[in-house]
Amino acid sequence: MTAVAKVKTLKIDGRDFSAREDESILDVARQNGIFIPRLCELEGLSTVGACRLCLVEVKGSNRLMASCVTRVEEGMEVVTTSERLQRYRKGIVELLFTERNHVCSVCVSNGHCELQTMAQKLDITHIHFPYRYPKAAVDASHDRFIIDQNRCILCTRCVRVCDEIEGAHTWDLMGRGIDCQVITDLNQPWGSSETCTSCGKCVQVCPTGALFEKGRSVAEMEKRRDFLPYLQLMRGEHQ
Amino acid sequence: MTPEELEQIANSEREAQAGISQTVNVCVAAGCLSCQSQAVKDALDKEVARRGSGTRCKVKGVGCMGLCAEGPLVSTSDGTLYKAVAAADATALLDGLENGPVKRLLCPTDVPFFQRQQKIVLENSGVIDPERIEEYIAASGYRALIRALTEMTPVEVIAEVVKSGLRGRGGAGYPTGLKWSTVAKAVGMQKYVICNADEGDPGAFMDRSVLESDPHRVLEGMLIGAYAVGASEGYIYVRAEYPLAIKRLKTAIRQAEKLGLLGTNICGTQFGFRIELRLGAGAFVCGEETALIASIEGSRGMPRPRPPYPAIEGLLGQPTLINNVETFANIPPIVRNGGEWYAGIGTEKSKGTKVFALAGRVQNTGLVEVPMGITLREMVFEIGGGIPEGRQFKAVQTGGPSGGCLPAECLDMPVDYESLARAGSIMGSGGMIVMDDSSCMVDVAKYFMDFCMTESCGKCIPCRVGTYQMHRLLDTITKLEATPQDVVLLEELCDLVKNTSLCGLGQSAPNPVLSTLRYFADEYKGHIERNQCVAGVCGKEAQP
Repeated sequence: MTAVAKVKTLKIDGRDFSAREDESILDVARQNGIFIPRLCELEGLSTVGACRLCLVEVKGSNRLMASCVTRVEEGMEVVTTSERLQRYRKGIVELLFTERNHVCSVCVSNGHCELQTMAQKLDITHIHFPYRYPKAAVDASHDRFIIDQNRCILCTRCVRVCDEIEGAHTWDLMGRGIDCQVITDLNQPWGSSETCTSCGKCVQVCPTGALFEKGRSVAEMEKRRDFLPYLQLMRGEHQ
Repeated sequence: MTPEELEQIANSEREAQAGISQTVNVCVAAGCLSCQSQAVKDALDKEVARRGSGTRCKVKGVGCMGLCAEGPLVSTSDGTLYKAVAAADATALLDGLENGPVKRLLCPTDVPFFQRQQKIVLENSGVIDPERIEEYIAASGYRALIRALTEMTPVEVIAEVVKSGLRGRGGAGYPTGLKWSTVAKAVGMQKYVICNADEGDPGAFMDRSVLESDPHRVLEGMLIGAYAVGASEGYIYVRAEYPLAIKRLKTAIRQAEKLGLLGTNICGTQFGFRIELRLGAGAFVCGEETALIASIEGSRGMPRPRPPYPAIEGLLGQPTLINNVETFANIPPIVRNGGEWYAGIGTEKSKGTKVFALAGRVQNTGLVEVPMGITLREMVFEIGGGIPEGRQFKAVQTGGPSGGCLPAECLDMPVDYESLARAGSIMGSGGMIVMDDSSCMVDVAKYFMDFCMTESCGKCIPCRVGTYQMHRLLDTITKLEATPQDVVLLEELCDLVKNTSLCGLGQSAPNPVLSTLRYFADEYKGHIERNQCVAGVCGKEAQP
């Protein structure tokens, strides 16, 4: 079935664009080279609007909208960068740094980390909220991979890729609020998981050094995401 | 079930009631049950049986009578209300039916607490037996449904609701008629009606009382809603912490099904509707509509961004009408008496009545229903009877963890959606907690922040980490260890969390802090600059 999608026109940062009605503000921005910060969104996975970094101002709305989940509308006027938005984005990334133990100098993803890059892009030089320094666990029970909860930012990309792409649903969440964490199976050691296919997709989509391959030392873990657009393309053609 | 059959049930029930010259109503809602009203009822039953007066005198379990502070409450058919009744008083009470009221147990009803109330949602509470559908029918129950089904089109039903000016009683105050017409116009294979009974604000018990005292009213409201929007399936999402409400709802659903008021071809029409219960597992965030829907679907109860709103894409992606218990409970009288009648009550923008759970430092704690627009002063000092032990009024908290604390300056403000929002609080679901000078407002703000922090689902960063950081700052202030810089940080976090959080929980979590900073800045100052808590609550030693 080919659905007929209508085309809408909208303004982003003062420029005019056209978009299919089923596209999000972020989709349009990405196609046209406008950068909107984000950490939970990854092309090829469902969107959840959780990291709140992609918030944008939409004229006529007093609320900020998450651009990854907000569909385009005719005549919409979007502002992706403002003093206020940048202040909020900085605040949110700073909160992430205080939440767990992010020590770049000893991290496998140093230099290849989306959180680190985001902090640099947002000119974050200091964290002005107190750090929590929680005691977080490291699970190295899997043959090839390790999960280090100290570096997890709860973007849930691993949960989504495992469920939506691999179809295994090994990953999920437990706990509420600040105690929330990703788990394998029903919070059993990853190595003992009966659902995990060891495909490693979760490791590749993880934005930080929370999920990494064994045997990698500091700054050696580079993530490969190319399988996602490829799978998306193939599945799209198949349907 | 035809209109004639309904009338027949109502008439035979009324005849049966007329044959009994004396009734003794014992409150068997959760408040009075917790102070042994069941034992009172059992004792009365036993005594009536012993006297063999069962044909003239009937002992009946009824719903909440409102003045929970004085329970167990018992009322008799001659209009007498007794308070703090014990099982041992059974003989005296029954003697009183013949020889005049028992003076030592009398509860005066000519006081503002009763006189200032106007009961629409609670019209049957404390009057009918919530476990008998016949009594509800005799009290004009299900008449509105029959009228809607047989005399009105769905469009006409919605028009009445629009005319009534009813707004969502769950807290946000969205116009109910507008929501109904949106769902009615939305396109979908299947539409759903959901009743949100996941009441979670600390100190709030309006929905519980309605469900325990008059469950059929909620079913009728849902049925009318389903007919209006074209839904055939409904869910009541009720928190598992309300076992009695669940039991009475189950009974009510079974009775309605038996009489053909739920099921297929209701009232001989094409309209069919069934209702299922879903029990919440204790997460506050599941009161948020998208999280509630996720929970019904069997997923982890976490909210998702809106739009799309549930009215367009709700349960299983289908158009879904989701209203709160009290909103549905308002529907039968609106359809019965017309929208104009309802719009004649209340203020210009807030119509009708609102049920409040009056709690905290007032003489008369309990459940009250008042017309919108009544002032806070009337609520606290007339209906509430003022502050006990000769202490000073300090603040009234409305809207639970999403609301704010209003000081004495605000006492003459009318209670309506707009006024409360302007003052930095919200109407909320109807919790109203009164505080006196023994409460420290920083400590109160910390209490609510602790609640929000614990109940945050953890999905979005500002709410998950922001509430933690705010709680930590408030904790430092209550330990008298804070610096002026901490308040700057606190204000910055309030702004961040309020404007960037995903759902209502996070967006409103800073309200208790913002309202106390606005009205009680001096107390914050005292903690920081003078190391002093005027209420004497805070300090290093006081902390656990």
